[in-house]
Amino acid sequence: MKFYRSHVLVAIDDNSLKAGVKEIETQLRIELEKNNLTDEIKVLETGGLSYFGTGVSITILPDQITYLNLKKEDLSEIVREHLLKGRVVSHLILNTTLTNKYNFNYKNRVVLENSGIINPENIEEYLGTGGYEAWEKVLTKMKPTEVVNEVKASGLRGRGGAGFPAGIKWSFTAPLRAKQKYIVVNADEGEPGTFKDRLIMEGDPHKLLEGIMIAAYAVGASKSYIYIRGEYKLCIHRLELAIKQANEYGILGKNIFGSGFDLEIEIKIGAGAYICGEETALIESMEGNRGTPRSKPPFPGVEGAWSKPTVVNNVETIANVPSIIKNGADWYNTIGAKCCRGTKVYTMMGDVKLPGLCEAEMGTSLRTIINEYGGGMREEKSFKAALVGGAAGVFLPNDMLDVKMDFSSLQEYGAVLGSGAILVMNEDADLVEMLWSIIRFFRHESCGKCNPCSNGNTVLFKLIDGIRKGKGKEADLDEMVRISEVMNKTSFCALGQSPYMPIKSAIDNFRIDFLARMK
Amino acid sequence: MIVYLNGKAYKAKPDETVLQLALRNGIYIPHLCYHEKTGKAAKCRACVVEVEGMPGLKTSCNLPVSDGMYVTINSEKVLQAQRVVVDLALSSGQHDCLSCEQNGDCELQDAAYYLGIERPSFQLYDDKYEMDDSSEFIRVDRSKCINCGRCVEGCNYTVVNEVLNFGNRGFETKIVFDGDLPMGTSACVQCGECVQLCPVGCLIDKRAIGSGRVWELEKVETVCPYCGVGCRFEVHIDRKREKIVRVTGVEDSPTNNGMLCVKGRYGFDFVNSEERLTSPLIKENGKFKEASWDEAISLVASKLSSLKKEFGSDSIAGLASAKVTNEENFVFQKLIRKEVGTNNIDHCARL
Repeated sequence: MKFYRSHVLVAIDDNSLKAGVKEIETQLRIELEKNNLTDEIKVLETGGLSYFGTGVSITILPDQITYLNLKKEDLSEIVREHLLKGRVVSHLILNTTLTNKYNFNYKNRVVLENSGIINPENIEEYLGTGGYEAWEKVLTKMKPTEVVNEVKASGLRGRGGAGFPAGIKWSFTAPLRAKQKYIVVNADEGEPGTFKDRLIMEGDPHKLLEGIMIAAYAVGASKSYIYIRGEYKLCIHRLELAIKQANEYGILGKNIFGSGFDLEIEIKIGAGAYICGEETALIESMEGNRGTPRSKPPFPGVEGAWSKPTVVNNVETIANVPSIIKNGADWYNTIGAKCCRGTKVYTMMGDVKLPGLCEAEMGTSLRTIINEYGGGMREEKSFKAALVGGAAGVFLPNDMLDVKMDFSSLQEYGAVLGSGAILVMNEDADLVEMLWSIIRFFRHESCGKCNPCSNGNTVLFKLIDGIRKGKGKEADLDEMVRISEVMNKTSFCALGQSPYMPIKSAIDNFRIDFLARMK
Repeated sequence: MIVYLNGKAYKAKPDETVLQLALRNGIYIPHLCYHEKTGKAAKCRACVVEVEGMPGLKTSCNLPVSDGMYVTINSEKVLQAQRVVVDLALSSGQHDCLSCEQNGDCELQDAAYYLGIERPSFQLYDDKYEMDDSSEFIRVDRSKCINCGRCVEGCNYTVVNEVLNFGNRGFETKIVFDGDLPMGTSACVQCGECVQLCPVGCLIDKRAIGSGRVWELEKVETVCPYCGVGCRFEVHIDRKREKIVRVTGVEDSPTNNGMLCVKGRYGFDFVNSEERLTSPLIKENGKFKEASWDEAISLVASKLSSLKKEFGSDSIAGLASAKVTNEENFVFQKLIRKEVGTNNIDHCARL
């Protein structure tokens, strides 16, 4: 095996593709050739590095230096200075200490442990990191009930928003006798400001597949669907490739490893409706119907897709499973908060220095996440609010920065962890504009099935639009709270129940912003 | 099984819902999308109630009863929520009762009346829909639609014509015929099931428009005269003019379960037609003359007897009508086979 002095990892994801990564990679190879370095330095393609809005980024190993926002003309300097002479090109690094902490603190990572390191389009690289060991362990050494119990003992809670314990969900479906059961992976990821699942799938698609396999074995499903939003072109491509490779390696398909267990994984592409992230609407959409939620009970675990028992899990939930099986529930119980074990992948956007993805232990405070993972506030402006949990989330003011980010702690404040989206706003942010765009979103995405949601959101939008245009009055604020509270109590599904949280928290904590528009 | 509604104990059937139990006992809970035929939909959310031991509010239409359940329907919390929900439905369209054909028979009106809502609090409607007058018998006024889904459910699962569905999303959701065609050019067969199910004035019997208020009409239950199925229906009669205004199916009829076909529901013009035969006619010297039933029947009897005597039984054939009942057809074939003595008996076998 040939050894190289250095590895250059080129992060390829949707963002970098748009920023012209392919061209830059070619340029990199040209520069290496020019300097006669092709025998010493290897260029590798990996998944995204979890930064957002940083264009093309490359990482040089073993130096652990990441260059961000690269232009074509920067490459000759990097190759000449860094790779040839060994001098770090400091002006191209955003912030050494931050990026290092952010990107290389791998011991904190469970779900994203391989993202940005391995080539997601090559199954051997995943196998090289110990991939599919958990799958082999499950198939050869464990009974389905043992798998369910292990996940139950791990305390893994669903990462889609509601935080329902995954093991318990599986234990409803596992004992049912049915000709067909399904595992459905919810990769619809429609929550505004959330793209964690995209980077999980782009960076490490095999991890998701391995999780699906384990879940399928645990509940006895021989067919699995990944319901993915249509915009995620690269994810779809990489998942399709991963499924193909897994089939070729006999990891997936008929009679896997001679165990007699069959599994087929199929990708279903969604058409971009927010409501189809709701599990029953997702199932309706998958069946080819209008994407509207179903009445529960029966829950999908008992009667789901095509009326068969169906386990619907979020991408991140499933991506946690291989590590739990491989390292055991006891190991998983050492990570995170008491109420909810493990890590959480956050998508942090807004006025922070390093917007993007980060994976932190459950129970890490919001302040730590913003300051350490996000690099603190941009342009040294002061913090005003953070919208936590996506559009269906809560605006947290300054005095709640120390809240622990986990399901129970947030619930105490009437907040939710939701999809893990954190939108950080500085002193310049205007909550009227924020709330306006959130309500416009809900109005647009309401499926129209139930009356309080479709009409209620229209009323709310009329009111906030009036306030935004300077035609509002103070009573409108109370009216919005009143209407959204009834919507919260009476709507069919979580979509109509949601606007109450951002409205109530914005008006309670930032009333002054709204009043300023009424002069 | 005992279930408490507003503190009073009621005997419940094991497979019913809280709403069914309440309605059966004459307790009103506002509901717009539930209909016993189309079942629970839980879409309008007006039927919310409080249940002890359950968080928040529950829709009573899809809430199964359980023993000892304690349901509150008249608390301020429930009424306040119902008020907002019904207010939103009222605000969503142009619900002007003054000229609405459904006035007095409108479930949205009933709910508003019960909750004391005088007028909608918001104006959400902005002339987005044109009236669809394209079909023969049904007017579609989407500005009055509350998207309850009964018509869609009825069209697809009760009469299984599969014409109606929902189009668009959110506030723009509307009922569509065959992927948004005018009703008249769609595959709709005008059975009128949707009209019967519509709780408001969106789907209206076109020919009844302006022909009298609901409370002015007398309902007479009878059997459809068209075919042997024997659908039961109610004729709504304007006694002042002695005219039929509309026909609706009887929901608890085991024969038709409220359903009717286009002829039964809309083919009633013959009743008041000037060309309608009201007494037997006997042709004499090439001209018809009115006669009594006795005259007519004895004339037919004597003619049949003489024909049988002269040319034999097989010279006679009987053709029955499908518009009479099975029992009448049975009697008719007895007459032809036994009294006339021939098997030459047939039936028009169509409407």
